[in-house]
Amino acid sequence: MKIVVPVKRVIDANVKVRLKSDGSAVDSDNVKMSMNPFDEIAVEEAIRLKEAGVAGEIVAVSIGSDACQDVLRSALAMGADRALLIRTEAVLEPLAVAKLLREVVAREQPQLVICGKQSTDGDANQAGQMLAGLLGWPQATFASKLDIGADGATVTREIDGGLEIIAVTLPAVVTTDLRLNSPRYTTLPNIMKAKKKPLDVIALDEFGVDTRPRLTTLGLAEPAARSAGVRVADVAELLAKLKNEAKVI
Amino acid sequence: MSFDTQHQDVRDAVRQLCSQFPDEYFRQIDEKKAYPEAFVNELMGAGWLAAMIPEEYGGSGLGLTVASIIMEEINRSGGNSGAVHGQMYNMGTLLRHGSKEQKDKYLPQIAAGELRIQSMAVTEPTTGTDTTKIKTTAVKKDGRWVVNGQKVWISRVQHSDLMILLARTTPLAEVQKKSEGMSIFIVNLQQAIGNGLTVRPIPNLVNHETNELFFDNLEIPEENLIGEEGKGFKYILDGLNAERTLIAAECIGDGYWFIDRATKYANERVVFDRPIGKNQGVQFPIAEAFIEIEAANLMRFKACELFDAKQPCGAQANMAKYLAAKASWEAANVCMQTHGGFGFANEYDIERKFRETRLYQVAPISTNLIFSYVAEHLLGLPRSF
Repeated sequence: MKIVVPVKRVIDANVKVRLKSDGSAVDSDNVKMSMNPFDEIAVEEAIRLKEAGVAGEIVAVSIGSDACQDVLRSALAMGADRALLIRTEAVLEPLAVAKLLREVVAREQPQLVICGKQSTDGDANQAGQMLAGLLGWPQATFASKLDIGADGATVTREIDGGLEIIAVTLPAVVTTDLRLNSPRYTTLPNIMKAKKKPLDVIALDEFGVDTRPRLTTLGLAEPAARSAGVRVADVAELLAKLKNEAKVI
Repeated sequence: MSFDTQHQDVRDAVRQLCSQFPDEYFRQIDEKKAYPEAFVNELMGAGWLAAMIPEEYGGSGLGLTVASIIMEEINRSGGNSGAVHGQMYNMGTLLRHGSKEQKDKYLPQIAAGELRIQSMAVTEPTTGTDTTKIKTTAVKKDGRWVVNGQKVWISRVQHSDLMILLARTTPLAEVQKKSEGMSIFIVNLQQAIGNGLTVRPIPNLVNHETNELFFDNLEIPEENLIGEEGKGFKYILDGLNAERTLIAAECIGDGYWFIDRATKYANERVVFDRPIGKNQGVQFPIAEAFIEIEAANLMRFKACELFDAKQPCGAQANMAKYLAAKASWEAANVCMQTHGGFGFANEYDIERKFRETRLYQVAPISTNLIFSYVAEHLLGLPRSF
């Protein structure tokens, strides 16, 4: 069984995100970039399926500039077999990403696509669902457990208020939640091996997909700075403040 | 903070591994005067200390640049490469000067992390940097080398399988040049300890495992001689540039750690209703220390570049060690001062790193000897000793 894992290059989770001084965009100059953490979980899950003898080949896919090769190399160092970069300088919306991934699926014919449930930059939480919709495949989102059986997959989903266990037939799209696994760290020999694994680059235009934006960003704003806390003398004062000032009780 | 994208994959992976060993881990190891066994096993298991072993022996065949980044990241993460750096460079002596049999026998096991070659025994109580005067002798007798003498400041012996030993094999009076007549040997520590080798640990300022060694008719198999008899001093010198450059990188890692901590604290600590970092008296020394580290880092990468291009790099390796050790010490001092009294509290880890980084103005070569090297060999001034 072949698995396709889309991976996105995002601002590293440890970086404090700031807007450019003119407020036009998030400042990503000289900022550390990494693989989207949910995508790392997706790569890890694919590798575990391969180690368990369920999966044969793992193909990591990224869409973006040449710089995205570093996250693809990370996926290869973790254990993916091949990588594919769809090269574009444009920032794509989830629907455009889903359309491109549909083309990748058409070429690669995987039985499973494992996506991160969302990227930590856009937080859209749409690409996986849209891809399943475009393909007409079942989807199992927010997975915290994934079992592949003879007839399909059993997926435990994290939903509001608890867990839901569903069965889907394959091929399917699965999106990962935080508790699905803990991604492995890469070892030096595997980083070296990753440098020799195939990484194909295809220009976005070759897919003939309409990726034009459908949304216009009107503005960006940083969250209001948190004001300093105050020290209260006793419980009575705390209750009074919560009631009269914060008005939460 | 400066951001270097070169070898980011290596940096990320080492950081990730180190993140499993938080401050508390190294603090407890320090308190117990223990060896960070779990951390070292993890590093070796993931192949990090075999970076410079050629691929044909199972290593990664990388140069000193990447090796130094690995050391830097360990120190930058709050750890101390002093527990492991011997493993990174001692194998170089074997690789450059060992026989095919020796390389085939040891290097694959070292690369696999199964065999530790952490120690190198050169320094003696009565002959510090005046190495040609060493008194430890190895005499060939019935197809074996018999070693007698004493060594001091020999690190990681209790946590290593192999040690490289320098001993005089021709008396000083009988050689034409004083640098001749010394040889190097592989000592199998498990076999040697208690059979002619006595190890006496030296308690010290930092939690660094270092020892006095006493040789009393220690027998070493004939085949454990590395390279040619009498050429050992030259072989040892060949390895020192790597050692010094790696230690420079460790100091750079320490320096960034101190700057990170000082900056964070100066931003967070509020006194007189504003963060202390708002005061120029607090922020300028941090900025100054950071500039010094960045500058030292350039010399460190210069030394790495020359070493990897197989060019002479003694001057750059020594100067990098000098600059980096000085910069990390200044950063340590600034970090301590920024934290005020809290810097002295063990739980802030600053006093531990402060002690650890101080070592590198003394070892593996003291600052004054770097000055005399530069004065004599680079500037053509008369030899001062």
